[in-house]
Amino acid sequence: MAIKFEKVNDGNYLLDVQGYVCPHPQLYTKKALEKMKPGDILDLLFDNPSSGESIAAMCEAEGNSIVEHGAESGKATMHWRIRKA
Amino acid sequence: MIQQGCDTPESNTGNGVVSRNVLYAYLVLGFFSLISLSTFAVDQRFVYFSAYLWFGFIYGMSLQYGRFCMASAIRDLFAVGVPRMAVGIMIAVVLFSIVSAMVTVAGKSTFHASPIGLYSVIGGLIFGTGMVFTGGCASGSLYKTGEGSMAALLVVLSLSFSQVFLVDAGGWLNHLVPATWTASAAAKGLPAAVTATDGWYDQFLAGYIWNLTPVTTGELLGFTNTLASAFIGNSLVNAILPAVLLLGAIYFRWYRKGYLRGKEAQYRGFATELSGYWSMLTASRRTAIAGLILGVSAGLHMWVMQGLQNRLGISNAGELLLGMGHTSGLSIQDTLFDPGYFYITTQEAQGAAWIMQKLGFNMMDSIFFGLENGVPNPLLNPVLWMSAALVGGSAVMALLNNEFKFKVPSLEIATWAIGGGILMGIGARVGLGCNIGAFFATVTNGDPSGWLFGLGMTAGGYIGVKFFNWWIERRMAREVAGLDL
Repeated sequence: MAIKFEKVNDGNYLLDVQGYVCPHPQLYTKKALEKMKPGDILDLLFDNPSSGESIAAMCEAEGNSIVEHGAESGKATMHWRIRKA
Repeated sequence: MIQQGCDTPESNTGNGVVSRNVLYAYLVLGFFSLISLSTFAVDQRFVYFSAYLWFGFIYGMSLQYGRFCMASAIRDLFAVGVPRMAVGIMIAVVLFSIVSAMVTVAGKSTFHASPIGLYSVIGGLIFGTGMVFTGGCASGSLYKTGEGSMAALLVVLSLSFSQVFLVDAGGWLNHLVPATWTASAAAKGLPAAVTATDGWYDQFLAGYIWNLTPVTTGELLGFTNTLASAFIGNSLVNAILPAVLLLGAIYFRWYRKGYLRGKEAQYRGFATELSGYWSMLTASRRTAIAGLILGVSAGLHMWVMQGLQNRLGISNAGELLLGMGHTSGLSIQDTLFDPGYFYITTQEAQGAAWIMQKLGFNMMDSIFFGLENGVPNPLLNPVLWMSAALVGGSAVMALLNNEFKFKVPSLEIATWAIGGGILMGIGARVGLGCNIGAFFATVTNGDPSGWLFGLGMTAGGYIGVKFFNWWIERRMAREVAGLDL
């Protein structure tokens, strides 16, 4: 499964890194956020639990906010929504 | 369908999935309980195996709960500026060192220091580069296998077989051996069966490593009193002070800026800095708790193993197997790899060597297997019980948190796993251990060689991150090519 980074609509992007292990999810998230504009929203799909801790800490350190912090119902796939500061 | 605003795994899932996962968790727990009880019923001496098993189970649960991984500690600092894991490791180092000092003073330590030498830095460098490529250190890959990651299992297999290759390889590798190593190995008068002058690794051990001197910081500082040597030399000087200083450096380089953001008006000098330092230590509750449990249980593990050795009247598991009538797979000294504490990589190498033996290769003509560690049947390898239970403990924790997912790697991830795993295996053998055996268990027991391995591992991690950044930047450039960014 390859990574997917696409525009959903204006100011909203989707990054799907399911199937990827550390450090791919956190590095792709960092790169994606770097390329987005302030206020843009990133929908992030990942299934590597340890990446979640790193992504949360990375967002806190850089001032980005995780506005939704959920999971795909019944699956071990995390679906987070991050607003770039 | 996404469920929003959820922090707790239970609320993230359907009730059916949770119930099924809890059932599977109980099944895994029941499986290991059954092994413990049934083997004890057959022969009470299997309690020695079960001790390794249950400490492995605790390690697996703690590692998964705290997402504890040395690769993450180093990589996330350099790659994304996140100190969470490095902080957790240092907390565990401090606690493990204190418990180790108590165990040493009580005369229950099973620890043996490694020699001081450049090999630690080189082994750490190779291992550190590999672990960034794979995404997990040796213990991290084991616990991630328990989460259902087949990529992590590939890493474990890869590092196991690459160790066997390095240990057994002669031929052209013999040409890379310095003549002084060959002469020194020949002078040791080792049994002909281990062919000490044939094979790079044999000559590395007998001609180089064995000529170096193992020493602890307590001994280096000249302490003759066990209490002072253990608590001041080994724990305070070798572990706690370096850990506190490293945490300080991490705070100033990676945490302080984010902590002080928006607090300019309330800044009160040292008091604010101290408060920031504490905030960093407690930023990840999960990691801090896991560090605490790992640190304490790793120390207790030594105590329990030494206590069992005394009770069973043995100093090595080889004697135990011999007493049980199992002679196959023991070294020519009738010994087995039996560190008596948390360790990874050698037992996995033994497992791979056992498979190679079954395929017709002779693994016992090496010092590593034939003279020191043996190649037992994996079912009768007590330290491998610890690794298996580590995977099981992690699976239980992942299932209970709805984080278990059977994941088959893509070709790209499998390539990283195998390539990185090969480097990790080679690094572990050159460095005489991995992130656990050559770093975590050593720095906490007064062995300064662990910091040399850690130095190499950090440098290797840095190199790995630089390469990975380039790789991911390249992939992202392709992804954003058609976007308005």
